[in-house]
Amino acid sequence: MIPLSYYVILSGIVFLTGVVGVLLRRNIIIILLSVELMLNATNINFVAFSQYLHDVAGQVFVFFALTVAAAEVAVGLAIIIALYRAKAAINIDEFQLLKW
Amino acid sequence: MLVVAVRNPIYSALALLVMFFHVAGLYVTLHAEFLAAVQIIVYAGAILVLYLFVVMLLNMRQDDRYHRQWPMAAVVGGALAIEAVILTAMKGWTTPVVAAGTETTVGGISNTAAIGDVLYSTYLFPFEVASLILLVAMIGAIILAKKDLGEREA
Repeated sequence: MIPLSYYVILSGIVFLTGVVGVLLRRNIIIILLSVELMLNATNINFVAFSQYLHDVAGQVFVFFALTVAAAEVAVGLAIIIALYRAKAAINIDEFQLLKW
Repeated sequence: MLVVAVRNPIYSALALLVMFFHVAGLYVTLHAEFLAAVQIIVYAGAILVLYLFVVMLLNMRQDDRYHRQWPMAAVVGGALAIEAVILTAMKGWTTPVVAAGTETTVGGISNTAAIGDVLYSTYLFPFEVASLILLVAMIGAIILAKKDLGEREA
């Protein structure tokens, strides 16, 4: 059986990739994709621990995380479309509307 | 991973699709077959299609370079990586205490049945809240993406 630490390390790597992606990229869609990456890293952790502790609750929480991810994608993409209609751009450098 | 590195958003989304399938394979190795199926259906089937749809709708050209705050990203990423390495080095490679018992099959029922049992008994209220979240997200997405809603009402 694969040790639990491998799963934790893999999920850490995936989460790190997501963080770097959020900080590094300019494209809003890629930033949302990186957020999906981070959510998946947490899901790997949930499932690995639920398997090793023999508790099915972790998988239920993955289910809820999936729901939240779907909702986040729907709202985020709608916001992107609205922004694109307003500014005809998707680089986050263009959006400084909230600056004061 | 390729998702962050590739310049074209479509290739990036496809790399994420590959990654979703890998995660689904991981779930299968962890004896969470129901979650693997849900992962493929929801993520690869619904979310990725939504992403690709928007990417092609917005019709982007080849995107330009990385954000110019990359030194900060490098600092944060490096700090997190070092922290992870230190944590694993400190804790050692202790294998956790694995509870005695069969696989995820609780009491001889299958994985899907076990999840359903817990989901609809213990976590019934969070389940309802999740449905409410989905409803709110649906309404919000429709209103946000609707054209010139603000002008008509203002």
